[in-house]
Amino acid sequence: MELAVVIGMLFFMAAIALAIIWVRNLFAVTMLMGIYSLTAAALYVALDAVDVAFTEAAVGAGISTVLMLATLSLTKAEEKPFRSIQHPVSLAVVLVTGGVLIYGTLDMPAYGDPDAPIHQHVAPRYVQDSGQEVGPPNIVTSILASYRGYDTMGEVTVIFTAAAGVLMLIGRGRSGPGRRRKTWDYEDLEGDER
Amino acid sequence: MKEKPVLRVTSKLLIPPIMLFALYVQFHGDFGPGGGFQAGVIFASAFILYALIFGVDVARRIVPAWVSRAGLSIGVLLYAGTGVAALFGGGNFLDYSVLAHDALHGQHLGINVIEFGVGTTVAAAMVTIFFTFASQSPHDPEDLRDEDDDADFDDDFDDDLDDLIASRTMSQGLSQAGGAGGREAR
Amino acid sequence: MTLAGHFPYWIVVVLMMVGFYVVISHGNLVKKIIGLNVFQVSVFVFYIAMGKVEGGTAPILTGQPETFSNPVPHVLILTAIVVGVATTALGLALVVRIRAAYGTIEEDEIEDQETEG
Repeated sequence: MELAVVIGMLFFMAAIALAIIWVRNLFAVTMLMGIYSLTAAALYVALDAVDVAFTEAAVGAGISTVLMLATLSLTKAEEKPFRSIQHPVSLAVVLVTGGVLIYGTLDMPAYGDPDAPIHQHVAPRYVQDSGQEVGPPNIVTSILASYRGYDTMGEVTVIFTAAAGVLMLIGRGRSGPGRRRKTWDYEDLEGDER
Repeated sequence: MKEKPVLRVTSKLLIPPIMLFALYVQFHGDFGPGGGFQAGVIFASAFILYALIFGVDVARRIVPAWVSRAGLSIGVLLYAGTGVAALFGGGNFLDYSVLAHDALHGQHLGINVIEFGVGTTVAAAMVTIFFTFASQSPHDPEDLRDEDDDADFDDDFDDDLDDLIASRTMSQGLSQAGGAGGREAR
Repeated sequence: MTLAGHFPYWIVVVLMMVGFYVVISHGNLVKKIIGLNVFQVSVFVFYIAMGKVEGGTAPILTGQPETFSNPVPHVLILTAIVVGVATTALGLALVVRIRAAYGTIEEDEIEDQETEG
């Protein structure tokens, strides 16, 4: 039953993804992308990943849709019909890659198998000991913040860097070659920067 | 935006619960689903909603550029600082057990502090990114190339507003984001 | 190998390839980024599907002995989603910048301008 729900939702996602290929209006594509993310979030709930579902719903369906709309308002909303010569080549590349990947999954343990190698290594220890060692009932939080704190620190740094990169690319007053330094934004920051 | 009373009133009603929910997600993340990443995004979405309805420059008055930029780095510093604090307490980097008299309390404290750091950075990053995108002027490719007329800061500002008002095609919300302030300026 | 045992993975591979196809066959830069996002989400689904345990529940301790799904992929993907949106924003910023420099976001038009200039 659970498997049927999962497969059904994956089919939904496949249908949306195919629609993303065909639809040429980028607004419609952006909305489809939001629906794709929301479907993925629902799928994560079915796969027991509640934290991930929460994040996907807030980030994937919310923020990225808004950002893409903002980009479209700055560029244009209609995609040019693409050159037809590329079709057969890229289709061939995609089919070959997909075939190889599917061939690769044949060696994987079956879906939901409790004896799969992924469930044998550190995961049982986290599940059994995190309550005594770290405390929070939510095992994901224990791993995220404590066992794998380095990892999360790196991720936070990446987010910091990405925001700084966006500021440098399109924030106002980039100090490029031959430009003198100006404030970043409408706000007058000169007091801070002196 | 005076012609959209429904949006204005509804968003004013929605923004406080959104922020409250973000704080709940932030500090309840160790018991249920949630944590700094989700809370940061939800908190930022309150500001983004405000900016969409009332205009980016109005929203910028509430979250000036320096606030979001400071938040961006404070979060990372808080995270790394917790790690360094653990070093001073005699443990390893990011080993929260030494932060309090008792290992479990230390872990709890450490996790809350770093989750708060994560939330701060994520919220500030999302606000910064959105405001940067939304304060671009849509159809003056020249604007980004030639910025020699830095001195005319106010002119620049007005031009941007006009551009935003005139911004074509796009989502009502986004073009009106700039339009709200602009119409009043006219 | 059973059909049910691997079928979810196969659909995920299809999703991945759809994203890949959009990235390599479309010339519009925004559409390329959307294709990358489709690919990215399918990788997330792949990880989470691998962490699923038959009959398991969400990894939150309730006091009773239970089977939990593997929490490690959840942690990896949780952070990857937020990093993903941050990098998407960076990509979109590049698109905006390219539009400012070339006046277009179509790959072939940019190429034409480059060869002319």
